[in-house]
Amino acid sequence: MAPAAHLEPLAYRPVRHVGRWVGVGALAVVGAMLVNTLVSNPRYQWDVMWANFTTATTLGALWVTVQLTVVSMAVGAMLGTLLAVMRLSPSPLVSSASWTYVWVFRGTPVIVQILFWNFVSALYPQLSIGVPFGPELLHGDANQLISPFTAAVLGLGLNEAAYMAEIVRAGLLSVGSGQTEAALALGLTRLQSLRRVVLPQAMRVIVPPTGNEMISMLKTSSLASVIAVTELLYSVQIVYSRTFEQVPLLLVAVVWYLVLTTVLSIGQYYIERHFARGGGATGASSPWKVLRRSVGQGHVRPQLTGSGGLV
Amino acid sequence: MVRAERVYKAFGHREVLRGVDLDVARGEVVCLLGPSGSGKSTFLRCVNHLERIDSGRLWVDGELVGYRRKDGRLQELKEREVARKRSEIGMVFQQFNLFPHMTALDNVSLAPVLVRKQARPETRDRSRALLERVGLGERADAYPSELSGGQQQRVAIARALAMSPSLMLFDEPTSALDPELVGEVLEVMRDLARSGMTMVVVTHEIGFAREVANRVAFMDGGVIVESGPPGEVLRKPKSERTRSFISKVL
Ligand SMILES: Nc1ncnc2c1ncn2[C@@H]1O[C@H](COP(=O)(O)OP(=O)(O)OP(=O)(O)O)[C@@H](O)[C@H]1O
Ligand SMILES: [Mg+2]
Repeated sequence: MAPAAHLEPLAYRPVRHVGRWVGVGALAVVGAMLVNTLVSNPRYQWDVMWANFTTATTLGALWVTVQLTVVSMAVGAMLGTLLAVMRLSPSPLVSSASWTYVWVFRGTPVIVQILFWNFVSALYPQLSIGVPFGPELLHGDANQLISPFTAAVLGLGLNEAAYMAEIVRAGLLSVGSGQTEAALALGLTRLQSLRRVVLPQAMRVIVPPTGNEMISMLKTSSLASVIAVTELLYSVQIVYSRTFEQVPLLLVAVVWYLVLTTVLSIGQYYIERHFARGGGATGASSPWKVLRRSVGQGHVRPQLTGSGGLV
Repeated sequence: MVRAERVYKAFGHREVLRGVDLDVARGEVVCLLGPSGSGKSTFLRCVNHLERIDSGRLWVDGELVGYRRKDGRLQELKEREVARKRSEIGMVFQQFNLFPHMTALDNVSLAPVLVRKQARPETRDRSRALLERVGLGERADAYPSELSGGQQQRVAIARALAMSPSLMLFDEPTSALDPELVGEVLEVMRDLARSGMTMVVVTHEIGFAREVANRVAFMDGGVIVESGPPGEVLRKPKSERTRSFISKVL
């Protein structure tokens, strides 16, 4: 151990970050200009925007957007997980079925898929559920069964499943084969080992890109406006087609989307932290920490985390 | 307890096991020695059907591994049946393979709860006792990443013991450990051997083999070249291959 005297703070002249200060200055000017134009340009009509921000119509549409996002994402995550497991199956038939699904649904624009599901009743006017080539159990008119909302969920969810399949597959592959081996050796079945041992570990790899997918889904759900689902975008479009106040009404949508994506980002942080159990680094800084740090100090200090990695 | 007759296994064109014959009696400790790539791990994996054998016969506890005899023909076991048999064989790996997202206690409790459907509170008490037995009573709530290699391997042994196996397979349990941590793991294994557990141990620890094993088998090129009491095989090996291997390891 060195004597304490050696631990006195060193007196030295720190390196001057001239470039950094020039950059900060430039950013400050641009920022000020932006704020200035947002506030001073009357054509933004902030008063109209605020007047429409919490009307029953807007809040109703907001709720539709949230439902659309959550339901489509749930469909995508569940089907995507199934596809990922199928893709890793030792049976070539099962694995290529999964591959084909991803090929089709990732290879076509999601807006086309949404339109397609909306017009599926033209293709199959009658839908029925029953034993293949056998008796029918349920029967209905496709036009009634597939509402625009259902069509949007199908379009968004089935498309999402193709992306989630790749994300989940990468997660499953990130868990070493020794884990499955140990689980099987203990007498777990393949399914038990997948659910209790492999998937929970794969979540560390799966959650961050899934958070991005969720945020992306929130915004992509606005495509449902093309088939007249009254979600956020379509709802403000209806209003401004009547009042011609396009800019402030689009701002209503913009601000709400921003609010929702912010909420999702914060939620993502806590979910990531949950799945980092037992593994050291969380891989992300708390949103509050980031905020405090950017307000408090000018720069980010490297932080030592549990596993000893630098974040 | 374990009986292997002409066990053969190939991966594609690579013949890994070329007729392994081995008998392990109940309560016996057999150490399996041999150079890298000689098929020791593959043989252990065949014993609990993590790997399917191509020909020959393999019995554990008097029952065929992976198959049942019905009307004079072999019938493959269902996944659940294979899993149930695996649960009666404990396996310890070179890389520990603890589940990193669970505490030591949960690692030990997982299989009894999931496979044996044991009640949670009782299982936890039993798991605690097992951790106590391997000297880790205080570290029950630690995650694997918070434990040393030797401690992790001892948890892995407790995890295998939690299923009350009648046979324990060890695949180089101390090879991934720092030299000063080897002793604590061997000590636990020594205790286990003393308690009468049937054990097949792949190891390079000649000292352990000499002291604990009832029998030592030397494997090379996918066959058991020589086997017998440690005094004979280790001190005056008959085969030239065994002799040159032992002189290198010692
Ligand atoms: N799943 C597999 N696919 C193809 N080859 C394999 C597989 N598993 C093992 N092998 C090959 O079989 C041979 C024997 O492997 P094994 O792991 O049984 O040897 P070992 O005696 O345990 O060696 P070590 O002391 O290095 O662990 C090696 O050449 C290895 O490359
Ligand atoms: Mg090996």
